[in-house]
Amino acid sequence: MKSLANIWNLGLKELRSLLGDKVLMVFVLLAFTLIIYTAGSAGSMELNNAPVAVVDEDQTILSGRIIQSFQQPWFLKPDLIRYDQIDTMLDRGSHTFVLVIPEGFERDVRKGHVVSVQLNIDATRMTQAFIGANYIQSFVMTEVAEFIEPGSGSTELPVNLVNRVSFNPNLEGSWFGGVMELITEITLISIILTGAALIREREHGTIEHLMVMPLRSYEIMAAKVWANALVVMIAATLSVTVVIQGWLQVPVAGSVLLFLFGALIHLFSTTAIGILVGTVARTMPQFGLLLILIILPLQLLSGGITPRESMPDLVQEIMLLAPTTHFVSLAQGILYRGAGLDVVWPQFLALTAIGAVFFGAALVLFRRHMSV
Amino acid sequence: MTDTVARLEGVSHVYGGLQALTDIHIEIPSGRMIGLIGPDGAGKSTLLGLIAGARKLQAGSLEVLGGDMGSQQFRNRLAPRIAYMPQGLGGNLYHALTVDENIGFFADLFGLTGDGRKQQIHRLLEATGLLPFRNRPAGKLSGGMKQKLGLCCALIHNPDLLILDEPTTGVDPLSRARFWDLIDKIRAQQAGMSVLVATAYMEEAERYDWLAALDGGAILATGSPRELRAQTNTRTLDEAFIVLSSGTADETARDNIEAEASLAASHTMDTVPAIEANHLTLRFGDFTAVKDVSFSISRGEIFGFLGSNGCGKTTTMKMLTGLLPPSEGDVLLFGKPLDARDLSTRQRVGYMSQGFSLYGELTVRQNLELHARLFHLPVDQVSIRVDELAQEFGLADVMDQLASHLPLGVRQRLSLAVAVVHRPELLILDEPTSGVDPGARNQFWALLFRLSREDGVTIFISTHFMNEGERCDRISLMHAGEVLASDKPDVLIREAGEQNLEGAFMRTLETATGTEDIGSGAVLTGGHGDEPEHRWFSFRRLWAYGHREARELIRDPIRMAFAFIGSALLMLILGYGITLDVEDLSFAVLDQDQTPQSRDYVTAFSGSRYFIERPPINDMLELGKRMQSGELSLALVIPPGYGKDLKRGQDTEIGVWIDGAMPFRGETIAGYVEGIHYSYLADLVFRTYGTVPTLSLVSIEDRYRYNQDFRSLDAMVPAVIPILLIFIPSILMALGIVREKELGSITNLYVTPVTRLEFLLGKQLPYIAFSMISYVSLVMLAVWIFEVPLKGGLWTLSLGALLYVVVTTGLGQVISAFASTQIAALAATAIITLLPTVQFSGLTEPVSSQEGVGALIGEFWPATWFLQVSRGVFTKGLSFIDLQQTLLSLAAFIPVLTLISVVLLKKQGR
Repeated sequence: MKSLANIWNLGLKELRSLLGDKVLMVFVLLAFTLIIYTAGSAGSMELNNAPVAVVDEDQTILSGRIIQSFQQPWFLKPDLIRYDQIDTMLDRGSHTFVLVIPEGFERDVRKGHVVSVQLNIDATRMTQAFIGANYIQSFVMTEVAEFIEPGSGSTELPVNLVNRVSFNPNLEGSWFGGVMELITEITLISIILTGAALIREREHGTIEHLMVMPLRSYEIMAAKVWANALVVMIAATLSVTVVIQGWLQVPVAGSVLLFLFGALIHLFSTTAIGILVGTVARTMPQFGLLLILIILPLQLLSGGITPRESMPDLVQEIMLLAPTTHFVSLAQGILYRGAGLDVVWPQFLALTAIGAVFFGAALVLFRRHMSV
Repeated sequence: MTDTVARLEGVSHVYGGLQALTDIHIEIPSGRMIGLIGPDGAGKSTLLGLIAGARKLQAGSLEVLGGDMGSQQFRNRLAPRIAYMPQGLGGNLYHALTVDENIGFFADLFGLTGDGRKQQIHRLLEATGLLPFRNRPAGKLSGGMKQKLGLCCALIHNPDLLILDEPTTGVDPLSRARFWDLIDKIRAQQAGMSVLVATAYMEEAERYDWLAALDGGAILATGSPRELRAQTNTRTLDEAFIVLSSGTADETARDNIEAEASLAASHTMDTVPAIEANHLTLRFGDFTAVKDVSFSISRGEIFGFLGSNGCGKTTTMKMLTGLLPPSEGDVLLFGKPLDARDLSTRQRVGYMSQGFSLYGELTVRQNLELHARLFHLPVDQVSIRVDELAQEFGLADVMDQLASHLPLGVRQRLSLAVAVVHRPELLILDEPTSGVDPGARNQFWALLFRLSREDGVTIFISTHFMNEGERCDRISLMHAGEVLASDKPDVLIREAGEQNLEGAFMRTLETATGTEDIGSGAVLTGGHGDEPEHRWFSFRRLWAYGHREARELIRDPIRMAFAFIGSALLMLILGYGITLDVEDLSFAVLDQDQTPQSRDYVTAFSGSRYFIERPPINDMLELGKRMQSGELSLALVIPPGYGKDLKRGQDTEIGVWIDGAMPFRGETIAGYVEGIHYSYLADLVFRTYGTVPTLSLVSIEDRYRYNQDFRSLDAMVPAVIPILLIFIPSILMALGIVREKELGSITNLYVTPVTRLEFLLGKQLPYIAFSMISYVSLVMLAVWIFEVPLKGGLWTLSLGALLYVVVTTGLGQVISAFASTQIAALAATAIITLLPTVQFSGLTEPVSSQEGVGALIGEFWPATWFLQVSRGVFTKGLSFIDLQQTLLSLAAFIPVLTLISVVLLKKQGR
């Protein structure tokens, strides 16, 4: 009972300190609104406005039709360039693709010869390069087929594919970017707030004061966890409802409440990580560095930016220990695929276990530090 | 030279919603020793800050040394003639730097060079007795020594006006006496110098030439000490001040104390001692902080601890509270061995630490209520107790102010109020009255006596005030970790053969240490022959800041280690971890046909390196579920009769379900599926008819440029370098500046001749160097470990990196202008840099493909440009000429960011 009261009172103090730092609060607000909106509205890694240039040495109706076939939103309107400009364009990085239509292209096609066209691809842009090349290939083939025999562009092959893209039929990037950014912000802000609050207490000498009072280490820690998690939870709730559902118009397939419940469990681990880092770091600049060391892998390797299954096995396995991996997977499950607790319970379980481990580790380390 | 050093007309100042000064009119005579006296919160510090130019003038006019302080131009010219030592122990010093380095830093700021500089530093160190400690970090000096060092730094440039804000607060009597001797000597040598001092010690004020008494932000009286005493008809300045502020001589407080004190604390002597220390020793490494200290304090007794700064008083007290475990010896608390984990003993003890350790961001009331609750006062008692304390400690007027806005003395009262909130039986007070004005100190002692004599509270107190020592029942004199003498004050005085405790203390200490030679040589160089002219831009000052920051960086092992190992580690993780190859996708089949033909089709997929087959799906419900859980990225549905239709040559359809939750992956999967499907068909035709069908008249030759193997590593590694070179430099830079704001050393920017540009550029240099070291380790890693070929010129890449880190550190500077706490700076930098760099800089998708805000941000984000350089040089083998434009764009950020930082950085505090 006393313990609960202590945790409650210390947490209130934590909240007051947080709300007192106006600049900090403004940035937290920005992180959960504008930043998420920007991330969501900027499109993602699917083919989107890819810059194309065409060297049209044929100058015929057919070559004109091929050029016309590049349409937004997949491609920008092609720029027509000369052959000797190809290297410059690609070197400068202004275009990802350069298609070269050779002289006599239409003539040869009419004669029924198989003609080859050259497609130069900037392979350093891995995402666009592969998807875009597929698109261009099918555009060119369709145009050529239509040219020879109108209506044959959509010839029936003996076996046809009927593609159904589940959960995001038009593969819209904004659905993806916004939610993944939200996950990043939840993780980032909760670690920063908790860890920095601890360091502030140390740099200002108030931690010593707490230690001579009838308080236990876990009470001090639990207070920081709940207060900072609460702030992040409120921000996250607003963000999901107002920014993601309202502003970005992302249709949420599953239950927002279940997602927020997942966020809560996730916060349990991230705030514990914040305490861990805050205990190890002696000063704020040190904390800043350790934060980067932790936040970058947590974000970039969680499966929220690039697909998990493509990462090296070792990385995949190590990342199973990271809360973000499970949080990303449960968020995708709930928000896009409409999964319920019956489907995503393994992630919930994993998150809870990871949270317990981190919290325990933080407590042990915190206690040891505090007793010196 | 004018005969007034400062003239204030109608000066008012509001700080934190508090009227600190109201309509001040005063002329301060020059060439004298001038004291500002007054209680805490009278406005002394504000007034000094204004005169020094550290605070921005809000209303009225202020002339210092004959010029208008409202003018930035004049302040620049004036800076070399003024020296300012802010309140607090070593507030403007750098704790990681040694004594020598601190002085050297100030000498650089004021443009001292050559022999004159060496001699000046030597003289000052000799005169202050700091010569043996030249190589000790300032953070490890005792309070008194810090003040002396602060004075050395202030005097380095022979100022005409020396401004000292409570320079001896918290300094022991011996050091204090030596401090004033030093000042006297300096003044004797340099007659023209004016010294302006704020003090809470009235005894010290007696020796000043001219005083101004302040209270409540207004001037009460001015004149020499003798005039003030005559005016009020009193014997001492202490009393004179009380008359001036209240109108009547208030002797009652003092009488009360005497009456209370006379009540001996003997009636509880027979019981178990409240606290007993047996042979306490504490060692930090090979340094013994406390050596064999023993004492026993009875219940209800007031036991005093007196000693020079850094003699181990605080350490001993920390051992008594359980904060530090002793190396040897033990502590008995109320007859039981001290157990730091026993919460019930903590409930019986109140502790007040030396530095202010309450929550500055909470109000006075919130601080009191928080502690009352944490000590579990009954809920209905909390507000009663808080009001009671507010009355007793004179906090009623400031209840709703933030604790950080309170003057030092009021904060100390609040700290004490917090320490007694739970009515402890034992109070451990570490210098509770440092910086508290005489009136408040009297009240404070009246309270201590009441606690001790009426409630039987045992009080263990350390102090620098000898008159407070005299009030204790018993005292211990401590020096260098050892107790020199311990007894009743009058016995100690008698044994030393002195008149009062101060004399006894000095005598005892001097016998222990030997008299300190204050140095016979001149302290200052004569005249102003070497006075540097004010210049608008000085590389020396810039360098002073750069050098200082570099030293601090080098001494921080975590930060240094990070430059090499941390960024390399991150590169390893990210380089191997982030891959854009979409592979090993899991798929499963709902085969409703189950013929050789359908199995043949599935083999085409399971044989591909992109897909991994999972157990087959039984029905559509299961398909939905398994896709939902994310287990499957692709599901194929082969309709019944597929094999038959195929044989008959009838059209048939295969259903493909793709997980589109991650759009990029979804697109890629669709591409793969199409490819596998067509090649399967071609293969089928070939097997059936024996010829390869011409599906199209056009064949497309894909030429993957720059990265023929389509190796993700070659694309990603050059991109990781820009990512790492933006986060780390910008965060460190932002913290480097905000740290000075938070810890107080920003004052040096306010009151020394250093300009904003010099300050910013100077601080930037070490971080640029630091980032370039990181850059070198990253490139080595990329080339040797990841084996990413460096096709272009290393120099071009390095030039780009140099420009880039100048820009990213500049970005940190801009952000630092908005934040006043390190947390805010950290959060802001992380939030601002993370998103644009990862999403909009072209890391995964070129800027030209982005839309809306993202595209705009991408265009104006430095990482975008350096990414082009890095990828261009690494994978495309571009040369300097090819990248000219890009490098120029990158360089264009530099003046813009620097200009913004200079404009946003304030040269004066509020």
